[in-house]
Amino acid sequence: MSQVNNEAVLAAEAENREFLVFSLGEEEYAIDILKVQEIRGYENVTRIANAPDFIKGVTNLRGVIVPIVDLRIKFHLENVEYGGQTVVIVVNVADRVVGIVVDGVSDVMTLVPDQIKPAPEFGVTLSSDFLSGLGSLDDRMLVLVDIDKLLTSEEMALVDSTSNR
Amino acid sequence: MDIADFFETFFEEAEELLADMEQHLLELDIDNPDGEQLNAIFRAAHSIKGGAGTFGFNVLQKTTHIFENLLDHARKGELTLRADLVDTFLEAKDIMHEQLDAYRNEEAPDQEAYERICQTLQQIALEEIGQTLEAPAAPPAPLFKAEEPPVPSGSEHQLVVALLNVSEKDRTLLVEELEQLGEIQAQSGDDKRYEVILAGDSSADDIEAVMCFIIEPEQIEIKVADRAQPAAPASAVPAVAAVPTAPVSAEPAEKPQPPAESARKEAAAKPKKAAAESSSIRVSVDKVDQIINLVGELIITQSMLDQTVSDLEDQSVGNSSLQNGMSLLQRNARDLQEAVMSIRMIPMEFVFSRFPRVVRDTAGKLGKEIELVTEGKSTELDKSLVERITDPLTHLVRNSLDHGIEMPDKREALGKPRTGKLTLSARHQGGNILIEVRDDGAGMDRERLLAKARENGLSVSDTMTDEEVYQLIFAPGFSTAEAVTDVSGRGVGMDVVKRNIQGMGGRVEIQSKKGEGTNTRIVLPLTLAILDGMSIKVGGETFILPLSTVLESLQPTKNDMYAMAGDDVVLKVRDEYLPVIAIHEVLDVENAITDPTRSIAVIVQGEGRRYAMLVDELIGQQQVVVKNLEDNYRKVPGISAATILGDGSVSLILDITGLHRLSRVKKEAGKIVNNQHYSFYKEAEPS
Repeated sequence: MSQVNNEAVLAAEAENREFLVFSLGEEEYAIDILKVQEIRGYENVTRIANAPDFIKGVTNLRGVIVPIVDLRIKFHLENVEYGGQTVVIVVNVADRVVGIVVDGVSDVMTLVPDQIKPAPEFGVTLSSDFLSGLGSLDDRMLVLVDIDKLLTSEEMALVDSTSNR
Repeated sequence: MDIADFFETFFEEAEELLADMEQHLLELDIDNPDGEQLNAIFRAAHSIKGGAGTFGFNVLQKTTHIFENLLDHARKGELTLRADLVDTFLEAKDIMHEQLDAYRNEEAPDQEAYERICQTLQQIALEEIGQTLEAPAAPPAPLFKAEEPPVPSGSEHQLVVALLNVSEKDRTLLVEELEQLGEIQAQSGDDKRYEVILAGDSSADDIEAVMCFIIEPEQIEIKVADRAQPAAPASAVPAVAAVPTAPVSAEPAEKPQPPAESARKEAAAKPKKAAAESSSIRVSVDKVDQIINLVGELIITQSMLDQTVSDLEDQSVGNSSLQNGMSLLQRNARDLQEAVMSIRMIPMEFVFSRFPRVVRDTAGKLGKEIELVTEGKSTELDKSLVERITDPLTHLVRNSLDHGIEMPDKREALGKPRTGKLTLSARHQGGNILIEVRDDGAGMDRERLLAKARENGLSVSDTMTDEEVYQLIFAPGFSTAEAVTDVSGRGVGMDVVKRNIQGMGGRVEIQSKKGEGTNTRIVLPLTLAILDGMSIKVGGETFILPLSTVLESLQPTKNDMYAMAGDDVVLKVRDEYLPVIAIHEVLDVENAITDPTRSIAVIVQGEGRRYAMLVDELIGQQQVVVKNLEDNYRKVPGISAATILGDGSVSLILDITGLHRLSRVKKEAGKIVNNQHYSFYKEAEPS
């Protein structure tokens, strides 16, 4: 009997997903924690000429050249400032390492499937294609970003569209 | 400890020795052979023989033995060298290599090849010197019987093996090894000198060969026990060396070279060989990469500390010693970084060195006369690329020899020198490595290529550019050779060449002129190559220009600048008008010097054309590690790669021709800065 219970718990846990919650302006977003490699400060970014404005440039992450994307600019937020509090979330997507600039990282949340609602069809700046849903947590709403799709999308201009990877 | 543990060491060493041997054989001046070279070849064969005998690789041991004897005659001048003899020697070397590989894979070596080469070598000995060598069919068991100095009691003799300055641990190991070689009758001594009396039929150099895997040859003294040979030489080492050099001759009494002299030569050669053995180690590339990244981190940490220390206000006594320590740390860290970065790089010589052989063999088969010229041997390339470029390059060379260069008679009829010239060159260019295979042969026949392409059902048209037509040879199954030869002409290969090179992120270009020759250019990116760079400053940003592209720098004056139609500006340098590329315009750098007469013009060259680049400041030259931008990002127009500067920040490496293209595109687009810039790059890139 207890074993059955354990299995049920395990199965439920397998479906629970952990998300890293970060803020962009007033809104709270979340990405799959398994995509996150590390979190670091914003510093020493070398500008890349003729790149879209939300690509801040490249930085050196322990010998690896990593592009830095500012999601705040990409999502047309006001008050884009860089200070000691500016945080870069380094994510691993499609065999690449990319840093994304956000206003702050708040916590790690576990969401059960019931708490993840499908994303409504909306959004001009952020197409619902790039969302994996909306997470509801008490009175908070988290925008769950499909970071893989977002960063490899053509409009992010991060990946050569000609390359096959 | 098992003797098998030493197998790997032997294989590696034997491989190096064979490579040495081949190099010397190829360099050998047949009419006037260099004694030292012949000695080197002989020594290589001899060392391999010793090792092979020790480990029981009988076939290899017998082959090298016969080969060695023949070489011995050659170096004593009893055998006159001829080109065909050298060919045979090379063949023998190849067979030895095959045997070695077979042993390595725990297979039986090719018996037929072994018998054939032994017979050939015997034949040479018989014809050239009129004497027979030791018969190969003799049972291999008593290894060096024929060579041993006469000992009274048959092949059994006693040897006194003295170990000098050998620790107890190693000694135990060595004694165990000695037990394998014969019967230990007595042993005594201390760390400084330990003597073992060994009875058996192993020769002195046999024993030495085993020991050399553990200790240096200088640490070993071997002499024949007094009982067997009362007049043993006072110094034992020369005696060891003298034994193998004694020729196997029909009359045992005849010794053409006084033992003392040969011993001296051998003794002099020994320490050199020992030094060469310990001069390299094999390390996995992953480990090296890890070190490179870690050192990069160290440099950054050091820079950070340096900054903190220099920010300290208090310049008291304690601080000054701190600052001294910091500057020492900085210097050491830089040296460390430089040393580490050079580990992965190997010169192109490693690739080029195999081509004299390839060219010689191929030319011989085809009956052509070829002179091989190599340029840029010291150009350094990442190890992984070096390994992967060899096969495609071999193919291109064979192709040039077969299809490109004409037969000597035909060349003469065309008014060309009989000897065709094949040039292999390597150099850094525009953030790439350019490897060229040039021949002065017939060149490509546009019409014939087109006709052949139609025959093969490829879609072609007469309006195709020459470059497009030449690219046809890379189509699968395409060959214009009139007859399929041993060398090439089957039409497989060129498509593989192209695929391989594309797999490395490179491309192949062909330039050809009918009747004058073909130039096949392989352009490879510098993934991890180290680049000699010139750092420049524009606005607040630092960029790197590949030093190889920089010709000179000068201060432009107003009189030298001419405006052309539209926005174009040219700079007159001596009698040349060069297009001006203002970096701050092309790369949108803010706060840069916009007045050309206040900036510095760097004259650069890319893909055969010259440009004048306007920059704010030249900082200096430095070596940088090239980091690929495409790993995590994408191709950036005008930028070939990135690098990490000493302070940990990223700096971009400029691509001259890319910048020129970019500046044209920008001018055409009316300086509109948007994402559309990327589209031109795709068009410019050959698919």
